[in-house]
Parts: sequence; C-alpha cells; structure tokens
Amino acid sequence: MVERRRFGNIFAHVVLCIGVLIVAFPIYLAFVASTQDTATIANGQMSLLPGGHFLETYYKTLFIGSSGTTREPVSVMLFNSFVMAMMIAVGKIAISIISAYAIVYFRFPFRMSIFWLIFITLMLPVEVRIYPTYKIVADLHLLDSYAGLSLPLIASATATLLFRQFFMTVPDELLEASRIDGAGPFRFFWDTLLPLSRTNMAALFVILFILGWNQYLWPLLITTRDDMQTVQTGIRKMIASSDALTEWPVVMATAILAMLPPVFIVVAMQKLFVRGLVETEK
Amino acid sequence: MANVVLRNVRKTYAGNVEAIKGVDLEVGDGQFCVLVGPSGCGKSTLLRMVAGLETITSGEIDIGGRVVNDVEPAERDIAMVFQNYALYPHMSVYNNMAYGLRNRGMAKPEIDTRVREAAQILEIVPMLERKPRQLSGGQRQRVAMGRAIVRQPKVFLFDEPLSNLDAKLRIAMRVEIRKLQRRLNTTSIYVTHDQLEAMTLADILVVMNGGVVEQIGNPLEIYQKPATTFVASFIGAPPMNLIPLQGTDIGLAGKDSAAGILGIRPEDLVLSDQPAGSGGVALDLTVEAIEQVGAETYVYGVRSQRGDTPTVSARPGELPPGEILVRVPGQIGPGIGERIQVVATHDKLHLFSADGRKRVD
Repeated sequence: MVERRRFGNIFAHVVLCIGVLIVAFPIYLAFVASTQDTATIANGQMSLLPGGHFLETYYKTLFIGSSGTTREPVSVMLFNSFVMAMMIAVGKIAISIISAYAIVYFRFPFRMSIFWLIFITLMLPVEVRIYPTYKIVADLHLLDSYAGLSLPLIASATATLLFRQFFMTVPDELLEASRIDGAGPFRFFWDTLLPLSRTNMAALFVILFILGWNQYLWPLLITTRDDMQTVQTGIRKMIASSDALTEWPVVMATAILAMLPPVFIVVAMQKLFVRGLVETEK
Repeated sequence: MANVVLRNVRKTYAGNVEAIKGVDLEVGDGQFCVLVGPSGCGKSTLLRMVAGLETITSGEIDIGGRVVNDVEPAERDIAMVFQNYALYPHMSVYNNMAYGLRNRGMAKPEIDTRVREAAQILEIVPMLERKPRQLSGGQRQRVAMGRAIVRQPKVFLFDEPLSNLDAKLRIAMRVEIRKLQRRLNTTSIYVTHDQLEAMTLADILVVMNGGVVEQIGNPLEIYQKPATTFVASFIGAPPMNLIPLQGTDIGLAGKDSAAGILGIRPEDLVLSDQPAGSGGVALDLTVEAIEQVGAETYVYGVRSQRGDTPTVSARPGELPPGEILVRVPGQIGPGIGERIQVVATHDKLHLFSADGRKRVD
C-alpha cells in the first residue's frame, strides 16, 4: 500500500511538473528574449540563457518606447490599462451590488421584469453590440478618454446575479434585526450587507480586474491617440509590418510587464479570493 | 414600562389566506405573556405584527397607550430576540449590542455604560471583543438578549429564543430569562411551541390554534380548566385523555347532558379496585404498553368495551381513540395484558361539548 501510494505521488508530481513547464516555458522564453539585443533575435540565434541587456531594454521599454508606437513609453500604456481595469472592476462591483440590493430587498413594480432584463444582457457581450456602443460613445465625445474606455464595459449582469444569489442567502432576520435597531435601507446596506459581501467583492474584483486588463477589441476601436492606448493594443502596434525591423526585446519586455499587474493582484488578494469562492458560512 | 393591547387584530395574506382571525389581548405592565400553539397557528405572525415586521390587515395594536399600526419597528420602543439570534456576523459582541444605540445617536460614554452593564448582567464581559462565530449557542443567546436589554425598551419580544439550544441549556436559559424579566420588570411577549416553557414562564398564557385564541389566562387556571379540547390536549404532558360519551356506558350522575366529551388527565387517574365515589368515573382497562421514566410510569390501556363505541379521529398530540393513558407515580405498575381499574374523582373530570369547542361544567 505504502509503495503504491508513493508511486502514485511521484507520478502525480511528475505530471504536475510537466504541466507547470508547459505553461512556464514560453514565459521564460519571453523573458530571455527581452534581455537579448535586437540583432541576436533577428539572426535567429537566441540562447536559452538570459542575455546582458536587461536594464537597457526595460529602461527603453518603460520610458522611451518602440518606434512601432511612435515612441510612446510603455509606462504610459500600463498606466492607461491600469486605470481602465480599475474603473471597470470597481464600477462593475459598485453598480451591480446596488442593483442586486434593489432587486432582492425592495418590492417595486416590474421588479422581476427588470431582473430578467438585466439577465438577458448576458447574451449581449461587447462584441455583439459594438457598433451601437461605439456610436453612443462617439456621440458623447468620449473617444480617447478613460470614461470611453471603461463606461461601456461597466454594466454587468454576471456580477449582479452573483450578488443577488449572495444576498438571498443572508438570513431575513438580519434585516429585521437591523430594522428594529433603527437602521434604514441605507444603513443596513452600508453597515451589514457590504461588510458581509467583502469576500465576494474581493473575488469578483480579481476576476473583473483581469477581464478589464485583457480588453483588446474595445480599446483598439476607441483610442486613436497613442498616449491613450492600453498596453494590450500597444503590444500589437509594436510588431512592425513588412519594412521595419521589429524590436523583439522591447515587445517581449512589454509582454512581461503587461503580465505583472494581474499576477500581482491575484497574489495580493489570493486569500480573500479563495475565501470568496468557497465560503459557505455566512 | 408599558402595557400592550391588541384589539381585534387580523392578518390576511395575498390570496385571502387568513393567518390571524381576530385576536384580542391585553398584556399588563411588566407582565410576561407567552403565546403557545402548534406550528402554523399564527403565534409568530402575531408577535411579528407587534414588532412591526408584518403589516396589520385590520384591528389595532397599542403599546403604552399609543396605537403603533403605522409606526416603524425602530420607533415602537421594542426589542426582539430572534430564534436564530440574528447577530451581525461581522461585528464584535460589543458592537452587536451597541449598534442599535449608535443608530439612535446616543453619546458614546452612555452606550459604553449600558453595554457593560448588560454584559455584566448576562456574564458575557470576557466575550465583548469576540465575533459571534467564536461563541457557543448559549453565549450567542446571551448576546441576543444583551442586544435587547441595552435598549431598555418598553417591551421585549421573544420568538422561540431557546429552540436552537440543547435540552439542558434550554432549561437553564429558561430560568434565566424569567429571572431577568422579573429583575428588569419589562413587559414581555414570548412565543414558543413548547408547552412546558409556556407553563413555567408565563404570567399570562395565550393558547392559539389556527389563527384564533383558544384560551387566555393564568397557566395553572388553564391547566385546571381548559376551555376547549384543543387546550386540554395541548397543555399538560402527557396529554389529557378525551373520551367521547355518546353510546358509552360511563355513568355521569349529576353532570350536564350537553356534554359530549369527557376529559381526564393521566395524572388524575388512580389505580384502585374500589368503585368510584359519587360523580366519579371508573374505567376498566387492559394494559397494552408501559413506559418507565423513573419518577413515574405511563400505562397505556384500552378500555374493555361492551358494545360499539363511536370513534373520533385523533388530532396531532391526542391519543388514539379508545386508548387511555394513566400516569402512575414511582416505578410500580401493572404488567402488560393485565386488566386494571382506574378511577377519577368527580372534581377531576372535564366535560366538553361534542365538537370540543366549549367547556360545559
């Protein structure tokens, strides 16, 4: 039995290690590429060990930029991406927690119709409604602005549903106790419901931040100025077409940099995130 | 300090479901009123109406001389203890108790004094900084009570506060609640389905069934003179024996002929081979089963019958027709299959109309 179990353990670990290697190797390769100089990569003679241009490449990437993006520094793009992802995540959570509160705790006419209306928008992702959304944003003169980047992506049926399900598990007696304790609807929301939703909000924040960070199509459409573009669209523009030489180290450095904020968010909020997903005791 | 008066209070839910069918009740200042009844009898609904958590379809609820029909729960000057305690899970014990006072804009030092005072009374001082999930059931119960008493309300409302506790703790907390209520002398309304809790706690006992009040009174009075067969079988454990009189050979000299049902409590039947005294009743039984609980023995017997007896179907909590339960003190009882005679004296007999809705004496 012990032997068998040990073999099973080793086997499982080998499989897991192979999995990790498959995922990690391209990332490692990107990092190695970002530390070589452009000519080496262009020659196709890249070594598998990091080269000596680390500081030089990253300095150039962050503060000067590649010629493909008319020398827009990546730090600006990272900042744009960060602002957009933050606005989307925070905005989505704020809007959906409030709408879920309305749907669960208030009896108003057409409550269920409104709920279904929100639910149906699940079927209309950005890609489907892209033209009308673009038209509206353009008419509101929001092109090339943070508001234009994030507002259309803020409405969220998924988050509303998630909060609705969570609110329905909160015992009614808590609301009743609050009423007897003299807490009105606003106080109950602020003093009881929000603190109870903390872990849910954290889990949602992680998911939504990454979702916002990874947006590609929408920023591509509505940003025309180089200083407003996000890192995701920026990478694409750095890869030169036909006549120019692509500065692969810079592209790879940008890719590595673009990966860091989501990783940082996940690591920082991991504890809360996992609790939010598995927590049952309310 | 206040009295609570209910005048013809009714509650109708959507779809014309009547939950409360007209209740009149007066709870005097400082009295402990217990609403008791089977589940679904409307006792909790009635309590929630007093609390302001349910609307009142018609009638009036008056707390301390003020009609509160349209007053928000927070403005009614009541405090409620819930069955599942409903403590705020994210707040410390201290904040749980202080929350209601803060919402009223009370000054911090005053809140602190009140919370510490209440914590002292309830012996939860060492737990003030803990979260509810770190407390045991009994401790949560105390915190829930603490949250009620810091408010110093006119009325305490208890909605089955002990039903989540284990049996031993329940008895201990029952005594404590009673002592606390005496000490604070606050008018209280308490809902329970446990008749023992009801009997031991109440100044006024209200027995409810199907949205109506069956009987209101002092617990012992209700035990001694139940107004309906429902009350007779609900109050007192084990339940009262109810024997339909029509077509039986039970002689009831000097009793009203309007009586249709005879009730005798198990503890009022005595094993005896002597004939019953004047106006009393003697029953011949064949012993079917015996339950020994130590201090007493329950004897289940079937009446040895001559001729047919009309059967009435048993309602929940009642004995099956024809079966008689006798409570014998001590551990000595007859053997199974033995034929015995039990007698009850005249003053231990309860007579009800045939439909069980009225007591006839």
